[in-house]
Formats: sequence, C-alpha cells, structure tokens
Amino acid sequence: MATRPQVTPDAQAQRPLSPHLSIWRWRVHTVTSIMHRATGDGLAIVGGILFTWWLVAAAAGPEAYAVFLGIATGPIGLIVGIGMTWGLFQHAASGVRHLAMDTGAGFELDTSKTTATMTFVVSTLLTIALWAFILLR
Amino acid sequence: MAVPRGTAIGRVRGLGSAKEGAHHWWVQRLSAVSNLLLLTWFVVSLVSLPKIDHFTMLEWLRQPWVAVPMVLLSISVFYHLRLGLQVVIEDYIDGGARIAALLMASAFAIVGGALSIFSILTIAFGA
Repeated sequence: MATRPQVTPDAQAQRPLSPHLSIWRWRVHTVTSIMHRATGDGLAIVGGILFTWWLVAAAAGPEAYAVFLGIATGPIGLIVGIGMTWGLFQHAASGVRHLAMDTGAGFELDTSKTTATMTFVVSTLLTIALWAFILLR
Repeated sequence: MAVPRGTAIGRVRGLGSAKEGAHHWWVQRLSAVSNLLLLTWFVVSLVSLPKIDHFTMLEWLRQPWVAVPMVLLSISVFYHLRLGLQVVIEDYIDGGARIAALLMASAFAIVGGALSIFSILTIAFGA
C-alpha cells in the first residue's frame, strides 16, 4: 500500500510557493490584469456608493439633490468623475479582452501584448473624448 | 487531454468540489455583457441630457424607457460587483475575516441595489 509522505506543520510552513508578483518581470499584460482588479474594486465600492447616493438624493427631493450636485460639479467631483469614468472604460475594455480570451482567442504573446496595450489606449481616449464633450459643449 | 478524475457520476455532473461547477464564472460573464450594454446606454443618455439639475433628472427618470433600463442596470451592476468583490476577497482574505468580508460585500450589494431601485421606482411612480 502506498504511504503518503508525512506532512508536519513545520514542513507545511516551508512548502515552496508559486512565484508571486515580485518574481515576475513587469509587462503591460501584468499591469492590465492588476488594473482590472483595481478598477473593479474602485468602481464597486466608490461607484456603487455614488450611484446609490445620486438616486437616493434625486428621490429625496431638491435639497438633498442640491447637496449631491454641489459636490459632484465641484473640483472634487471633477477629479472623482474623471477617475471613475476612466476606471469604467478601463474595466470595460479589459473586460471585453477577457471575454475574447475566454473563447481561447488572443493568447499569442504578440496579440496579447497588443490587446493589453489597446485597453489603456481605448480607455484614455474615451475618457478624454467624454470629458471634452461634457466640458466644452 | 487531461486524465479524467473523480467518479463517473461526478464527471457527468461536472460540479467539482465546490458543488456549483462553473456557475459563478458564467454569471459573472453574463452580467459583464449586460453591464456593457446597459452602462453604454446610461453614459450616452446622461451626457445627452441638456442639464443635470433636479427637475431634468426627475423628468428623465420618470419615463418608462428610462426607469425600466435603470432598474435592470441596478440589478446587473450590483450583482456583478458582488461577484467581483467575492473573487478578490477569496484571493486575499482567509478564515473568519473572509466570512465577515463576504457578508459585508453581500450586504453592500443588496442594500445599494435595494436603495437604488426603490429610488428609481419612487420617482417613476411620481410620489
């Protein structure tokens, strides 16, 4: 009968780990992957709260909405707004890349690098276009 | 090909050790696509409004073809963000803190979604 190697708590503590962030060379794919999580978290928490606040304030009445609008159209609102829209576009572009890769497409190194770079180009251009439209019209 | 593992009935069911198969993975992608469609409509619609003052917002949200997509958007977005937060929590937090974080993520998504939908309907039904 085969015997399993005895795993003591000490041996368990020294078990080799898979290489983590500090081992791998930084590449654009790495940054895209990390940004997908970072933007996802930011959108989930900050975006979720702001979206809810906006709707609750609108339903609550003109005074509550004025408080929201005052902050949303101020300098803090502008910075957060630009950040949230860039995060949304980045998460969406990176998400579309994920959906394509889920079908097995685009795993070649060159293609993967190009699409990873494209997510940043697309999200940045869309953010500039959106805010140019909002601020300049 | 990978060597088949587990019992014959286990392979047929394809549910794995978590007993839910690829359900989480699949609904995360479904809600990603519905988010993509609804949020594109949302951003385009919002920036197309002449103003974003209270009166304009209420007039906009009152329309059936705005209120209904907004309710669907709230469901899709809060469901998707709950699924996403779960993945990140399960990757970085262990033990009791993981359970607490997952409960907080669920509560956040449910409360946020409920408040948003209630607010949309309050406006739509003209209270």
